[in-house]
Amino acid sequence: MSSPRDVVITGIGLVSSLGEGPDTHWQKLVQPGLQPVLEAARFAPYTVHPLPEIDWNLQIAKRGDQRQMETWQRLGTYAAGLALDDAGIKGNDELCTTMDMVVAAGGGERDEAVDAAILAASESRNDRDVLLNEKLTTELRPTLFLAQLSNLLAGNISIVHKVTGSSRTFMGEEGAGVAAVETAAARIRSGQSTHILVGGAFQTEHSDMLLGYELAGYLHRGPWKPVWQRQGAEGGGLVTGSGGAFLVLEQREHAQNRGRKIYAELGPVVSGRARRSRGELDAEIATLLKQAALPSGKLLALSGASGAHTATSAEKAALDTNPAISTRGFATLTGHMKEAQFPFAVALAALAVDRKAAYPVFDAAAEKPFEGIPEAVLATAIGYHQFEGMALVNAA
Amino acid sequence: MANLRDHMGRPIVAVTGIGVVTSLGVGKTDNWAALTSGKSGIHPITRFPIDQLNTRISGMVDFLPSSSKGASPLTYELAELAGIEAVAESGIDSSDFGGPLFLASPPVELDWADRFSLYNSDKNTDETAAERLLRVARGLKELDIFETTQFGSIADRLADRLGTRGLPITLSTACASGATAIQLGVEAIRRGECDRALSIGADGSATAEALIRFSLLSALSTHNDIPEKASKPFSRDRDGFVLAEGSGALVLESLEAALARGATVLGILGGCGEKADDFHRTRSKPDASPAIAAVRAALADAGLSEDEIDYVNAHGTSTPENDKMEHLALSTVFGDRIGSMPVSSNKSMIGHTLSAAGAVEAAFSLMTMRESVIPPTINYDNPDPAIVLDVVPNKKRNAEIGTVLSNSFGFGGQNTCLVMAREPV
Repeated sequence: MSSPRDVVITGIGLVSSLGEGPDTHWQKLVQPGLQPVLEAARFAPYTVHPLPEIDWNLQIAKRGDQRQMETWQRLGTYAAGLALDDAGIKGNDELCTTMDMVVAAGGGERDEAVDAAILAASESRNDRDVLLNEKLTTELRPTLFLAQLSNLLAGNISIVHKVTGSSRTFMGEEGAGVAAVETAAARIRSGQSTHILVGGAFQTEHSDMLLGYELAGYLHRGPWKPVWQRQGAEGGGLVTGSGGAFLVLEQREHAQNRGRKIYAELGPVVSGRARRSRGELDAEIATLLKQAALPSGKLLALSGASGAHTATSAEKAALDTNPAISTRGFATLTGHMKEAQFPFAVALAALAVDRKAAYPVFDAAAEKPFEGIPEAVLATAIGYHQFEGMALVNAA
Repeated sequence: MANLRDHMGRPIVAVTGIGVVTSLGVGKTDNWAALTSGKSGIHPITRFPIDQLNTRISGMVDFLPSSSKGASPLTYELAELAGIEAVAESGIDSSDFGGPLFLASPPVELDWADRFSLYNSDKNTDETAAERLLRVARGLKELDIFETTQFGSIADRLADRLGTRGLPITLSTACASGATAIQLGVEAIRRGECDRALSIGADGSATAEALIRFSLLSALSTHNDIPEKASKPFSRDRDGFVLAEGSGALVLESLEAALARGATVLGILGGCGEKADDFHRTRSKPDASPAIAAVRAALADAGLSEDEIDYVNAHGTSTPENDKMEHLALSTVFGDRIGSMPVSSNKSMIGHTLSAAGAVEAAFSLMTMRESVIPPTINYDNPDPAIVLDVVPNKKRNAEIGTVLSNSFGFGGQNTCLVMAREPV
């Protein structure tokens, strides 16, 4: 039963190694046996899914703005622009100045050359704190700080796309993406907002971005494998990808009044924090599956599983328990995009609902076909280290 | 029977617990005594060498066990201390809070001390610095360093310690973060998702690199000679903010739930307003329109007119630009009345606690109403003639204050204002 305050998805902006935009992603992902785009040499022994060729000018018109950002912020600003365009909001002052925004962000790129020079010098000096002062005061580019600051992705979206109703940045890996979507949806349902830009981006092609995982040994090493087949392989199972996903969430009535195409309705968004060291993860995933109000009958699930051994096997086991669920682990084809992972999952779920077709298996050995029209699609993000979330995406 | 719904029919949100840590000390009692006696917490930097630095003073919190352990451990300890003080005051079990957690905290990065130690732990190979760090990292047996680099880890630990419910939200809206954490709690209660929420702003990230980054943007005061005089909001010779650390925490509760369990209501969180600026990454729009819109949105959300605000707890950073812009915003919203309204800046004494500032200053705003004492703006010896405000110069003032507007304006254009009241309106 639809209600004027339903949360609907009216804009999707996607970038990944597969390309950009919802159409490109759909066309690629429905090709049976699609092979991932991989970069295995540059960060060996780690494989990453690299960014595609992007003409930044298409979404960030001013070169000056582009220069003020590192790749991560550019990528997010670009993906946000795609979503705004798709929703018919870009360039509409009235809609942009009243639009709220929740961005899921990590940090941006440090200057690797400066860091490397400091580390090299540290081998022969014991006064490392003085060394830091010497190097950082003279070699850091002043504006780099802004180009790497977490909340400045949102700041740049305001500057470039003029989204200024409100601006909030959530941090905390996949959980930030979950909380961003959950909070945005709750605000629309309660009448606190009519239209919200929500999403995130992750730029993995920087050694610090890999280090963030590898300090706990989470990264998969050696030959690439699909996300479900990394148990027992060398390393921690996680393969990263660069990408971004932004959604325009809108109150149904607001979208209808301006005559916009609706991709899908965003149903329940649920989240949790299992105390994993106490073995709560399995139970938490089961609880979330209950709270997500899954419909009876067969169900397509877009899983954000990262490949990280413990979390991925727990999620797989929980989803496999329900024979009605056909799971698609999209990290096989895009890599893990951290803060952007959950918005990406929701976007792919919305596309399947909108196109009235399921994705073919991304991994024939571990996934099973789905026949028919997916009326509802589950999106999941079980964090590689902490935090869990799911959403049910329904036909418009 | 108190009215339990606000002017828009939403649950009224009460504050039932307050916690605060700044360079002036741990806890409300010490902080309030120092703040109302015009004492400054700004002091020379001793945490790291000051060679080559233009700014050699700060409001760092140097007296905690984690003060020298890096940004993540110190931010956690600050958040925990303020959180426990607030929850204890509310009378709720401080190991089983039972509501959501909203944490404003700085972005985290691998600390330089850890970067150095990882890098230098294995010198015998021919590889780039990045390759060496990655190789050493994957051999680590403990998660301690890893957790300092995860943006969600501080909130995760706090959730364990305080028994908050659900997925904790960690957020950053730069200098407005603390106010945003409070706003998220207020909104969750108004939506009926919970009866209570814990909002914390904490910032222990005053590392050498942070100081240098702000310094390179020319944002910091370089008045090093008399540290306690460096932060001088609204003065003619103000030359930047003073980097500082601290934390503030509020227990927010629906008035109905607070009264039902017999809690002491410390104040009302009446309204929140925000507006993003699209002008520039560090500068605000010259016409102050986003700040004006944020103030007006907070007033409207609280259901109050301009005439009904008794006192402004200013953002007042002591940068040339903020104070000028904030004055323009306030004089636009409040008109002629602004000349006779008290407007003071806590930052004159505690410096700019960044991610914590909005929460710390909300805590002090609530105490201002409860104690009927306005903390002064110290170091106001040389007024800026272009900024005509009653800044409560140099000495505290006794005054009955029923309503407060607290401003937070951030780098990146994120502006959030809070309206608080002593009593339910």
